[in-house]
Amino acid sequence: MSQSFDEISAQLRRRHRKSARLKWISMGALGLAGLFLVLFFADMLGKGMPAFQQAQVQVEIDYNEDAQRMGRAALDPEVSRLVSRTFERLIPGQIRDNPELLGTTETRWVLADSQVDQYLKGHRHKLSESQKATVDALVEQGRAELKFNTTFFTTGDSKMPEASGILSAAVGTVLTMLVTLAIAFPIGVMTAVYLEEFAPDNRLTQIIEININNLAAIPSILFGLLGLAIFINFFGVPRSSPLVGGMTLALMTLPVIIIATRTALRSVPDSIRHAAFGVGCSQWQVVRDHVLPLAMPGIMTGSIIGLAQAMGETAPLIIVGMVAFIPDVSASFAEAATVLPAQVFTWAGEPDKAFVEKTAGGILVLLAILIFLNASAVILRKKFERRW
Amino acid sequence: MQTDQLLALFSGILLLLGLIAFFIGRAKATRVRATGTAMFAQPDQYAWFAVLATAGPAITVGILGAILMLLLGAKIPPLYLLAGSLVVAAVGLTVGVRQVRPDFHARQAIERVIRFILVGAALISIFTTFGILFSIVFEALRFFKMHSFWEFITGTVWNPGASFLAAAGRAEEGASAAQFGSVPLFAGTFMITAIAMLVAIPVGLLSAIYMAEFAPQRVRTLAKPTLEVLAGIPTVVYGFFAAITVAPIIVSVAGFFGLDASFNNAVAPGIVMGIMIIPFISSLSDDVINSVPDSMRQGSLALGMTKGETIRDVVVPAALPGIISASLLAVSRALGETMIVVMAAGMRPNLTANPLEDMTTVTVRIVAALTGDLEFESAETLSAFALGLVLFAVTLTLNLVSVLMIRRFREKYRVNNL
Repeated sequence: MSQSFDEISAQLRRRHRKSARLKWISMGALGLAGLFLVLFFADMLGKGMPAFQQAQVQVEIDYNEDAQRMGRAALDPEVSRLVSRTFERLIPGQIRDNPELLGTTETRWVLADSQVDQYLKGHRHKLSESQKATVDALVEQGRAELKFNTTFFTTGDSKMPEASGILSAAVGTVLTMLVTLAIAFPIGVMTAVYLEEFAPDNRLTQIIEININNLAAIPSILFGLLGLAIFINFFGVPRSSPLVGGMTLALMTLPVIIIATRTALRSVPDSIRHAAFGVGCSQWQVVRDHVLPLAMPGIMTGSIIGLAQAMGETAPLIIVGMVAFIPDVSASFAEAATVLPAQVFTWAGEPDKAFVEKTAGGILVLLAILIFLNASAVILRKKFERRW
Repeated sequence: MQTDQLLALFSGILLLLGLIAFFIGRAKATRVRATGTAMFAQPDQYAWFAVLATAGPAITVGILGAILMLLLGAKIPPLYLLAGSLVVAAVGLTVGVRQVRPDFHARQAIERVIRFILVGAALISIFTTFGILFSIVFEALRFFKMHSFWEFITGTVWNPGASFLAAAGRAEEGASAAQFGSVPLFAGTFMITAIAMLVAIPVGLLSAIYMAEFAPQRVRTLAKPTLEVLAGIPTVVYGFFAAITVAPIIVSVAGFFGLDASFNNAVAPGIVMGIMIIPFISSLSDDVINSVPDSMRQGSLALGMTKGETIRDVVVPAALPGIISASLLAVSRALGETMIVVMAAGMRPNLTANPLEDMTTVTVRIVAALTGDLEFESAETLSAFALGLVLFAVTLTLNLVSVLMIRRFREKYRVNNL
């Protein structure tokens, strides 16, 4: 059975078309993944950028007798509905602290209620028609406008969207990460040094190695169960504190640091070790004075990446109770605190729609920090990594 | 006195003793050396040995005491413990300083201590695994004392609602007995995992094929880190994305086809989880495809196969163990993923095959059980550990199988960078 040349070349063309199709399909898959990324960032930016602006209203505050008991009385009843209640609540206290304020008046820009904020941003709001008219009039007089939202960066959590901020969560994140690093970095580096430089090739070493690889793949929520059962219930570490959160995250970050450090140690050429041994260094002296300094850029890069991973982690922290309502900034390792991703989680669960933009705003801050960390890890590697 | 005050006192005095040991040791060694005697080590090394001799035993005694108190419930007055360990420190100091002799190998002694410390650090990772295992197993056993294991594995109704009454000793008041049948939870977990894999495996594998076989070098160096960004985004952010953006889209698309979808449907978290997992699959598959020896490609092309046929019939089958291993790792990650499902999937245990309905997962129930204000002893709280045990067993098995597959691949093609 013979085929004509035409048939054969037609078949060949078909086969090449098929081959080209595979190329386009696979290219499309990569493009799809890239598209997801672009869509995701566009969505987050679109939802989160409004959070960095906040409506403010210029009001006349009349420190009269009634305002001593009820802050609302200090304001014109027409605008008092439009002003954040957190501000009104502070007025009686101010009068108590400064009795000479009584009887005076003052014109100031103050936080507007979240509904006014949403209205000015063109989102869904619950203002009545008359309130809308008042706001429109205020805008016309230049007495209500959107300004840069400093509150978002200078306060802790609040039940009122306009008064809630990320500062307490940011402080909690810093404290937790300090604990994590203080535990995971030394132990991780020591483990890696032992496995790469000291360990004999025996059963125990193999078990440790398998165990570390396995630890890296255990779901993070199980670390939360460990933190709850062992750190909190058994050792009595205070619940919800940066201490217990940091310890839990440290165990999670450990494998990342160990694996990165081992790679860095392995990339230091043996000639360095041989030269150091040759001039009479002991094993520890070789490691301390020669191998570790040369491997340091790689170790730092790995640790920063591990830290970034721990910083975005939420699930184990929920289990150890770090999703708490923390209105005040506390700089203690043993008191209840929350972290940025946990704050995002809390806000995402708020029924008030005005919290959606707060959530996305918090996400943008978190992503900015993570991008900064990862970028600095990349730069560190580019700048200091030596190719042998 | 408070524990932290005691701790501060202990470390303060120990630091002081250590400094004393260092300077006495060094001064003595310098003096001996100045007489012209040849010594086995440098003065600083003698000094460091004296410090180790002071601090090491004292810290060991302190930790042992603390463990005795915590684990065995021994009643040791903290002040006695403090005094005892400080006495040990003082003894260590004298011994350390007396060891400053020309015939003593201080450097080797330090070396031994350091090796000991390093082994200790390496063992912490083992302790962590055992810590996870024990904490989960013990609490899970307590749960299985209240509810039968068989019912837990095969039951189709998860209704812990009444368990708090049982914990309060008022079980008979509950309208219905608490039921802990985990089948609906696992069904939900597998449904969402399956959706995630439907997204992640084709996209991840094809991206890897493109990057390894077709892409020019410049695209490759750009695309790989860009894909890694997907893996670096915190899961809580994905959860928000799934709940706020993707779920409404799914609902309106389903509505367009005349289908009724819940806002907590399983598709939204599934798709978003799939996106998150793409880089796990693409990065490992890329490495594996790259380590398929070029001789195989050359042989195939020499026989007149097209590039596409070579990839489909030679490269991918050769890389299959690695690709399967990557997929298994991805499955294990999807099973244990928590935040996306907590935020975007439902809370209602629902045994259904319709992904547009709301369903819940194992991890969601773990979080729900442990964040409520129930007391720790209640069956619902403990059920979290039983679920965690199953999760641990499943992910551990998947990881081990994955490691074995990749090892077989590595041995077959003698590659060392995997």
